[in-house]
Amino acid sequence: MTLSDNTSRANWTILFLCWLVAGVSTLGSLFFSEIMQFPPCVLCWYQRIFLFPLVFILATGLFSGDKSVARYALPLAAAGWLVALYHNLLYAGIIPESIQPCSRGVSCTEDYISLFGFLTIPMLSLLSFSSILALLLLLNRRFSR
Amino acid sequence: MKKQVVIFSGIFLILLFVLGGYIYKNQQTKKLGFLAQEHAEIFVRPHSPTLGSDEAKVYLVEFMDPACETCSAFAPFVKKLLADNPGKIKLVIRYAPFHDGADYFVKILEAAKKQGKYWETLEVMYQSQPYWASHHNPQPELIWRFLPGAALDLEKLKNDMNDPAIERLITQDLADAKALNVTKTPGFFVNGKPLVTFGDTELRQLLEAEIAAQYPR
Repeated sequence: MTLSDNTSRANWTILFLCWLVAGVSTLGSLFFSEIMQFPPCVLCWYQRIFLFPLVFILATGLFSGDKSVARYALPLAAAGWLVALYHNLLYAGIIPESIQPCSRGVSCTEDYISLFGFLTIPMLSLLSFSSILALLLLLNRRFSR
Repeated sequence: MKKQVVIFSGIFLILLFVLGGYIYKNQQTKKLGFLAQEHAEIFVRPHSPTLGSDEAKVYLVEFMDPACETCSAFAPFVKKLLADNPGKIKLVIRYAPFHDGADYFVKILEAAKKQGKYWETLEVMYQSQPYWASHHNPQPELIWRFLPGAALDLEKLKNDMNDPAIERLITQDLADAKALNVTKTPGFFVNGKPLVTFGDTELRQLLEAEIAAQYPR
């Protein structure tokens, strides 16, 4: 498969953007927990578990130019996106909190910040997982073409 | 070239993180003042009764014993200090019930707090202290003659006094008093600085120095 320089540059840029989103989200989440001292709830931890490795996997892809990086990163992004979606539904009260498993320790529906009235931490997580997922799917399609 | 972009963006993001953290911490320290100090919780526990504005930057922490004569004698003076510096001082009461049976009076105070009558009850307690706390013949029950002066629901008070939370709070306060080396009452701290030589002039000086430091003209 020979790709023109332009296509490969565009692909690299998409991957780079993807990595940027993951990196900013990782540092942002660390900022909340380590600097602002918000204790992460159980669901936040699951999202972090899927988010943090993305930074390293995507960076490795950026360095090696290995096209399979999109396929390796996709399951992580998808799983993280699902947890984030669940968390947001819980937060919005669409799923009642009684049936969720994280009543121990920190409540998953506690309000910490809300920027501009709607950007809560779970919402930020969903946004970043959504954009990572979308970019990876796009990349995957371009590579398999 | 591409690799450099990744490395530089990575470094940039991390620097941004560190800088952001630094700015945030600085802001918090400014906002919280004394409370942001390390170990501030040893001086002010969430359960501690406080008097004065939340915006006050000078915390006057008093380890007191309701049965202590000097605490009682000092109370009007502390009140005056607060009145002389409106909005700048926050009084925090911590318990060091060193006198035998003084726990009983702490329990009354804490139960009164649940009725929103803490400071009134403390006032009544101090004023009636000579009657119930005489050294050769302490008669704690006599306090009940005076408590109606604070307009308390006495039945509720008797129930609330048995709350095990009060017991835990006394234990915590005594542990903090021990850690801070408070062996006599009243023990004063101004933003964490102990009143080394006991006396009203000394306390006023310590407070005024801290007010001058916190509220530069």
